[in-house]
Amino acid sequence: MMGTLAVARAVARRSLIHAFTNPALLVPSIVFPLVFLVGFAGGLSAVQNVPGFDFNGGYTAFQFVFVFLQSAAFGGVFTGFGIAADFESGFARRMLLAAPHRSGMLLGYAAAGMVRWFLTATLVTVASLLAGMDVHGSGIELGGLVGVGLLVNIASTLFGAGVSFRTKTLQAGPLMQIPIFVGLFLAPVYVPLTLLTGWIHTVASYNPVTALITAGRGFLSGEPDKSLLAFACGLGLAALMAVYASRGLRRAERGL
Amino acid sequence: MDVETLREIGIIANRSVRRTLRQPALIVPTIVFPLLLLAINASGLDVTKNIPNFPADSYLDFALVVTFMQGGLFAATTAGTELATDIETGFLNRLQLTPLRAPAILVGQLAGAMCVAFLASLVYLAVGLLAGAHIAAGVGGAALLVVLAMLVALAFGGLGSIIGARTGSAEAVQGMFPLLFVFFFLSSMNLPRNLIEADWFRTIASWNPISYLVEGLRSLVITGWDGTALWRCLVTAIAISVLGFLGASSSLRTRMART
Repeated sequence: MMGTLAVARAVARRSLIHAFTNPALLVPSIVFPLVFLVGFAGGLSAVQNVPGFDFNGGYTAFQFVFVFLQSAAFGGVFTGFGIAADFESGFARRMLLAAPHRSGMLLGYAAAGMVRWFLTATLVTVASLLAGMDVHGSGIELGGLVGVGLLVNIASTLFGAGVSFRTKTLQAGPLMQIPIFVGLFLAPVYVPLTLLTGWIHTVASYNPVTALITAGRGFLSGEPDKSLLAFACGLGLAALMAVYASRGLRRAERGL
Repeated sequence: MDVETLREIGIIANRSVRRTLRQPALIVPTIVFPLLLLAINASGLDVTKNIPNFPADSYLDFALVVTFMQGGLFAATTAGTELATDIETGFLNRLQLTPLRAPAILVGQLAGAMCVAFLASLVYLAVGLLAGAHIAAGVGGAALLVVLAMLVALAFGGLGSIIGARTGSAEAVQGMFPLLFVFFFLSSMNLPRNLIEADWFRTIASWNPISYLVEGLRSLVITGWDGTALWRCLVTAIAISVLGFLGASSSLRTRMART
């Protein structure tokens, strides 16, 4: 166990130094969520006037939760890019040879992904508060929102890691981005689920991301909704992705 | 422009078109990604048609032209990437040994991106019509829509070429994509300006040239023949094209002098 933690600490430290000292890696992961926040909360605020839109907290708060969870998901994708870059440069292969407990690598990348997301999430939250976001949730409920975000971040980091361990190239970037992008946008992004109609309503009803977003919005507005389902979905996704990433790691080991 | 310059442009354009069409990785995302976003947004934001004074009967009609704009954005990336790749591989150095001039290289290089933009525009239009969109300006309006979309692609392609020529790095051109995307988000892409409630956002959208490009194209779909929207779109697209071309020519001349 100590060996695993030592490897995890070293990998996390290196990933964070690499990410925080390289503006080309850091800036997009921060700018993208802020752009989405400005575009959605600012440009689409008239959507709250649609009959039936009754979210307690205004449109900025409504969109904040989506952007908050999106930043968690894309934080994982960016960590996946970092792993792929490590394989392209040959560094990951050397780590696989040197590490006594290779599962520590996965743990280290996941920890680095979380720290990176905390920075982005803090900036998105500050920007939303400055824009006048109303927060009605209690401290515990806001903790629930952060918990949902953490699960999303862990699941997406493990997904990105799984893809990177298998493909070992940055050219697989779209393979990491597109499924997460589509999964997020096939949920109630702009209006609550009840206001969606047609095929998007059907798809969103079965999409686990819907439960995560709905619960997050419930936590922020002080009216918890689908909280247990959201944590079940989040834990389930994280467990599934852990298996996917572990198998990918084994495949990478065999390729040494 | 003399016959020799036209011949030079033709040679480079022929190469650019063939090289672009041989790369499905450049064509498929240009066509698929905007259509995917259209499908999601047209359904997810369909309730906005219930906002008082919303100018269209369906959000599909309202959002259809965004696909043309995104196609133009991909054209910028394609044009810049192709030029940067030629710099990276040393092809531009070899061209310097020939009598080819920088403007001829630039115009020729844009041909591939324009070709993709043209194909993509036809697909967007066909898919939109099949999905139930209605072009208020009729068949002539649909034809003008494609022409304006090409002009928009030319304008963005010029911007992409500036980055490609300045940096000489395909990776840097790819990194430009989010920057241009910011301008899209800060425009009247998702809602008409008179329905944007946040004053600061409406002000930014009014200063953002992308708004006038979107509104010009959109007018053909939801309004019909709106002279004001069309001339604004035309002037904006021509202005960006000229600035982009001059900027890219200057950058390319500097690059060629350097090598």
